[in-house]
Amino acid sequence: MKARLSDDSVARALDSKSVEVQLRHREINTELVGSFGLHWMEPLLQISLENKEYTFSNVSDSKLAEVLQSLPPDGVPESNSSFIGPISGQKYLKNQQRLVFDRAGNVNPLALPRSETLESILSSEPETLIDAIETSGLRGRGGAGFPAHIKWRTVADTQSDQKYVVCNADEGDSGTFSDRMLMEGDPFKLIEGMVIAGYATGSSRGLIYLRSEYPVALEYLSEAIDIAYSNRWLGNEIFGSRFNFNLEIFVGAGAYICGEETSLLESLEGKRGEIRYKPPVPAIAGLFGKPTLVHNVITLASIPGIFEIGAREYAGLGVGPSTGTMPFQISGNVKRGGLIEIPFGTPVRTLVEEFGEGTLSGRPFRTVQIGGPLGAYLSEKELDTPLTYEHMEEIGAGVGHGGLVVFDDTVDLREQAEYAFEFCEIESCGKCTPCRIGSVRGKETMRQFKDGVDIRTYQLVEDLCDVMEQASLCQMGGMTPIPVRSAMKHFPEDFGRNGF
Amino acid sequence: MTEESVRTLVEPYILATGGLIQALRRLMNEFGYIDPEHIPVVAEVFNISKAEVRGVISFYHDFRTHLPARTRIRVCQAEACQALGARKLTQEIESHFNLKLGNMSDDRSIELDPVYCLGLCSVGPSLQVNDRLIARGSIDSIEGIGK
Ligand SMILES: Cc1cc2nc3c(=O)[nH]c(=O)nc-3n(C[C@H](O)[C@H](O)[C@H](O)COP(=O)(O)O)c2cc1C
Ligand code: SF4
Ligand code: FES
Repeated sequence: MKARLSDDSVARALDSKSVEVQLRHREINTELVGSFGLHWMEPLLQISLENKEYTFSNVSDSKLAEVLQSLPPDGVPESNSSFIGPISGQKYLKNQQRLVFDRAGNVNPLALPRSETLESILSSEPETLIDAIETSGLRGRGGAGFPAHIKWRTVADTQSDQKYVVCNADEGDSGTFSDRMLMEGDPFKLIEGMVIAGYATGSSRGLIYLRSEYPVALEYLSEAIDIAYSNRWLGNEIFGSRFNFNLEIFVGAGAYICGEETSLLESLEGKRGEIRYKPPVPAIAGLFGKPTLVHNVITLASIPGIFEIGAREYAGLGVGPSTGTMPFQISGNVKRGGLIEIPFGTPVRTLVEEFGEGTLSGRPFRTVQIGGPLGAYLSEKELDTPLTYEHMEEIGAGVGHGGLVVFDDTVDLREQAEYAFEFCEIESCGKCTPCRIGSVRGKETMRQFKDGVDIRTYQLVEDLCDVMEQASLCQMGGMTPIPVRSAMKHFPEDFGRNGF
Repeated sequence: MTEESVRTLVEPYILATGGLIQALRRLMNEFGYIDPEHIPVVAEVFNISKAEVRGVISFYHDFRTHLPARTRIRVCQAEACQALGARKLTQEIESHFNLKLGNMSDDRSIELDPVYCLGLCSVGPSLQVNDRLIARGSIDSIEGIGK
């Protein structure tokens, strides 16, 4: 008998460690695995026995004895209330198309995967790799959706004694956890993506900027990097090639703004994370003034899959210029919260209603915020919008990092708009006035709506949002108006604005 | 703690990437906070001004210059947890300890702090008690703490 228990942050926060203690106490061969992303089922326990798999959800130390007794030959697993049949049979998983998360959950995160694809990539011409990325249509998954190949080519074409690949693992958006899940469930996928990006652009150093709120990811990632070094995935002359690539982790110190790439680079240099003026772009002058390829975790982790299935095949997934798959994350007040990797183009409604199965509270749905704290609150009728960069833009929203946060009818959108300004106030780097002062003024005006509205307050918010949008140095100040405006537009009743 | 031992702690980071931040984290890990008296030593080791060191400390939420409490409870305030009642839970925790978020009890036994997303958004509201992550948090999750 062999047990596989999930060990990601979610499972641990639901006390999986006490299940692990019990399993070890009973001397059951136990392997720790990442999460499949069916979070309402965590901690998840898979038992293999006589070539058969039995999966149990929501296991706890007190339930474990019954789970084990329900196993054959003496028991009937189906009789146990935690039994869910094979995990692969879950429709939540069957309805996905996993390229980035194909291994997560299935494998021991610290077991070195096969390396044939990587080895053959390291023997091809770097230029052909950049061409493949262009063909794939891959765009940045960190938020802005910028075409990856343009950055790759810029870094590759800029002459320098040193170039860097920087992985943005600052994942600060509420409602997003795909970076965390990947680093905890399949860290080698990220390492592989970084090696390929380094080889293609001629960069010999990689840095992962990891937020300090992710200690479990740090644990897995550090160990995976050590293992990668001992197996020639990293270091000098990788797989006997002439390519050297050294990779280290840098842990952030708690600042949402450090997710913005220039702030992140300042922070990596040991400074305050204040936004840099652009140009120059980081691809030309980034870390310590050297050409730097900055990508989100999921962008980098998408790369191995592109070479596995072929760039053309990858480009065929999705809709129009939104190619490939995106690991969306659904959370908040939803029954089935978790990770849903599907090609771009699925309507928001499918995620909320079919995957998410509606609100956790059972109360009526009211809104979903897409793309983190700088993302729009959608109205019910906008739920039919397909999730692509282009369709989201049409309704004044964005895909962002793919987080969807569901709210039931108890939400007060005025309160959410106030929070949007407040969050901007707390996390503003302070470099420019529209953001630093505007956020404070915005919060105050939102409070004024509580004491009854007058048209001047309304006009004031509009003006303030215009200034923040147009005059902020970065998207922190520039996009804070998005949640505010969408809330006011779709839910005027929450702002006492039925009359005008 | 002598000046010499502070120096020994931070010196290895002089040439490291983002060395100052790594050095400050080292001090946080060692003492639980950054003693303002150590700032001149750090400034000297990194050959920068004290004001620059203070500037970096004040920029990052993780760096604190006061002694920590025995138990630190962080309550997620971000949207996905709000959608699951984080505001109400925050109030309950505040009145349980008779302490506002961002403050410490007089006897330094408890400290309540906001946090903005722990990546547990699908199983919120989320809490963190010292190093322990807690999903589906409720007032029961903090039962017995600080007693
Ligand atoms: C306020 C703000 C916060 C951001 N936070 C993140 C983040 O946490 N993670 C991330 O990958 N990108 C974040 N970004 C986007 C980055 O600036 C940058 O576009 C991204 O790292 C580029 O990688 P990509 O091309 O792979 O998307 C943020 C941007 C802004 C304006
Ligand atoms: S918009 Fe805000 S976060 Fe961005 S540079 Fe200006 S002050 Fe800093
Ligand atoms: S919003 Fe609370 S854990 Fe993400």
